Amino acid sequence: MFGKLTLDAIPYHEPIIVITLAVVGLVGLFVAASVTKMGKWGYLWREWLTSVDHKRLGIMYIILALVMLIRGFADAVMMRTQLAVATGGSEGYLPPEHYDQIFTAHGVIMIIFMAMPMMIGLMNIVLPLQIGARDVAFPFLNNLSFWLSVGGAVLINLSLGVGEFAKTGWVAYPPLSGLSYSPGVGVDYYIWALQISGLGTLLTGVNFLVTVFKMRAPGMKLMDMPIFTWTCTWANILIVASFPILTAVLGMLTLDRYLDFHFFTNEGGGNAMMYINLFWAWGHPEVYILILPAFGIFSEVISTFTGKRLFGYKSMVWASGAISILGFIVWLHHFFTMGSSANVNAFFGVATMIISIPTGVKLFNWLFTIYRGRLRFAVPVLWTLGFMVTFTIGGMTGVLLAVPGADFVLHNSLFLIAHFHNTIIGGAVFGYLAGIAFWFPKATGFHMNERLGKAAFWFWQIGFYVAFMPLYVLGFMGMTRRLNHTDNPLWEPWLYLAAFGAGLILIGVVCQLVQLFVSIRDREQNKAEGDPWNGHTLEWSTTSPPPFYNFASTPIVEGIDAYTTAKEKGYAGWRPEKFAPIHMPRNTSAGILMAGFLTVMGFALIWHIWWLAGASFVATIVTLLVRAYDNDVDYYVQPDEIERIEGSAAGAKVAEQV
Amino acid sequence: MTTQVTYPANAYPVPEEEHHDPGENTLFGFWLYLMTDCLLFASVFATWGVLYFATDGGPGPKDLFELDYVAIETAALLVSSITYGFAMISAHAGRKGGALFWLAVTFVCGLVFIGMEVNEFHHLIAEGAGPQRSAFLTAFFSLVGMHGLHVTAGLLWMIVMMIEVSKRGLGGKTLTRLGCLSMFWHFLDVVWICVFTTVYLMGAL
Repeated sequence: MFGKLTLDAIPYHEPIIVITLAVVGLVGLFVAASVTKMGKWGYLWREWLTSVDHKRLGIMYIILALVMLIRGFADAVMMRTQLAVATGGSEGYLPPEHYDQIFTAHGVIMIIFMAMPMMIGLMNIVLPLQIGARDVAFPFLNNLSFWLSVGGAVLINLSLGVGEFAKTGWVAYPPLSGLSYSPGVGVDYYIWALQISGLGTLLTGVNFLVTVFKMRAPGMKLMDMPIFTWTCTWANILIVASFPILTAVLGMLTLDRYLDFHFFTNEGGGNAMMYINLFWAWGHPEVYILILPAFGIFSEVISTFTGKRLFGYKSMVWASGAISILGFIVWLHHFFTMGSSANVNAFFGVATMIISIPTGVKLFNWLFTIYRGRLRFAVPVLWTLGFMVTFTIGGMTGVLLAVPGADFVLHNSLFLIAHFHNTIIGGAVFGYLAGIAFWFPKATGFHMNERLGKAAFWFWQIGFYVAFMPLYVLGFMGMTRRLNHTDNPLWEPWLYLAAFGAGLILIGVVCQLVQLFVSIRDREQNKAEGDPWNGHTLEWSTTSPPPFYNFASTPIVEGIDAYTTAKEKGYAGWRPEKFAPIHMPRNTSAGILMAGFLTVMGFALIWHIWWLAGASFVATIVTLLVRAYDNDVDYYVQPDEIERIEGSAAGAKVAEQV
Repeated sequence: MTTQVTYPANAYPVPEEEHHDPGENTLFGFWLYLMTDCLLFASVFATWGVLYFATDGGPGPKDLFELDYVAIETAALLVSSITYGFAMISAHAGRKGGALFWLAVTFVCGLVFIGMEVNEFHHLIAEGAGPQRSAFLTAFFSLVGMHGLHVTAGLLWMIVMMIEVSKRGLGGKTLTRLGCLSMFWHFLDVVWICVFTTVYLMGAL
């Protein structure tokens, strides 16, 4: 009846897990009670959970990312404190089987459930506004994508309290992740959490590509698109080109585990290296999916806060394209030690080093944009400057690792750990945090608290160096990754220092949470106008927050930086005498239902509850069909209602009809 | 208050699109999805290539594949592509009966293909050459089976479309959906030609 699921799956004998679950339960109860007390369940369901509005979905993506950031960061703090105390004969407080789950969960959560939702959230909020569109091409799919990401996140969190998570590291290499060496449900949680959220990501990629190619405001050519839209577009191309490979390789691992196939097993002629090749054929483009939109954010921030237009727009677009293409031919540098011939390793080493050229082009473009500008040191700018220094260091250690000979020494050492945290935190995460600070007033209509934002930046920035520079040293000293406890007195001071750095970052994270709270509390005093930063692009031409239809009338686009051009020519802020009706999609509960059924299916497959898996799959298809044959999916906003909403913007210039 | 402002020539009033044409976007979006599906197949093809010689002492391609049988199977699928084309011609001409007839013919051809494939799989497994036997057979069953699952999904979709056409006629939305299924069906044909070539023809050589 319940497959492999029994009451023994609940780890009630593990105090750390029980306390965590209790805290999560209490927070959940508190939130549920507050919503009930305010009587907001109906509002929440109708206006948010079933919303197809890209701005609301974007905000929900970022909330998901922040929740998962706290989870993933808690894992990081546990690992650093474990390694700081588990030295010189002590085994620390985390037994290996628990510790292994923590480092696996940390990696999966930070990449798939923190960075990806934060990136996709910002893209959701900003991209349709930047191209002057009313919504994305497929609003219902967008809602479904979001809930599929949530479904994956639910599964990975469920593994904490029901059963276990994978103990394989976030890459889940076979044969360790095969049935012989991982007989539990941990790897199955990993597989289905990634498959379900991966489907959401793939649909997002398709959705936003169609949006960008088909729904730009009239007059906006491809080479007029804002640079953030461009870098997101490259990222979406990478998503549709690489996520199917992940789907395939996880599917094969599933067949090995569920039906005793021999793709990657030691027996029957299986080839484990095939998994590793395919995994990184997805995994390497994935890191560019994360970093390219961040590059776009830095470009927007720098050009806005210097009051200049971006230097080298075209080279920026093509540099992003070059990085995207090169990103597909370097995957082997993740396993130079596999034993390929010297020529193969040399090819991938050289290809990897070449990526630093377009990246360098970008860095110089940002520097030249600042040159002779008047840089205003707002919070987004601080993150950008912090990025430019930090990411350069991370890039250079990357070039070092790209030398196959050096890689043989440094492979799987803490040097590698320091390198990719250097690029992902110092590149992608700093970028998203800059983006949140930059577009927060646009999305919500009020500013974030500046002082707490600056404090958060400095704690993050300094904490980052204190936490990760010691790891470079430890890597050179021979410490490998994924160790549970160590016994080398020379490593100890560096491990203490790294733990102290994690503490500094913790203060930074706390500052950000307080900042959010304070900003929301003081929102009446900090109201933001439509264009608080003197921006270049169309998202700043509408109100903050934008009305649900984004633009009362289709914006005019002349070249790059359409809003700056409009301001220069004096037609910014105009409105037509009469509004035309606006065509909008209706909210739908089909997305949350379908994703809910698929999540149940994932859970059933993890625990081998076959009847439930079949039933929830059928329920998903039935929901899809009901949705497909529902004819009441859109409506028109009539001019008098637009007039009522827009009327509040008093003093707007009315363009005379010619 | 009315202020005279300058604006670019011909820019205003911008005609509000009466309907953002969902049909064209849907077809483009579905085509993009098919390209991702293509990469899914490409990954499995690559794995097939890598595991081709990993027979683990068990039967290899020469021992297993019967080209005559697969040729008939292939013919059924290729014919179904043509008949689907006829269905689309009828649909665009607004001939509901013709569209339904050709969809039914396509469905039968697809069913013949799937039936023959299931029969082939059944025989192989009965001979002890199931996917658990060796990595080579794992790759064979996965590649051919994944294509078969796609065809099966296409057949189920075709049933839904036949019901839709008979109940709702050939409206804009229905035509768009028939167009998506058409791309899907032809795409599976193209994939099968690759499967037939790399798996069966090259295997039997």
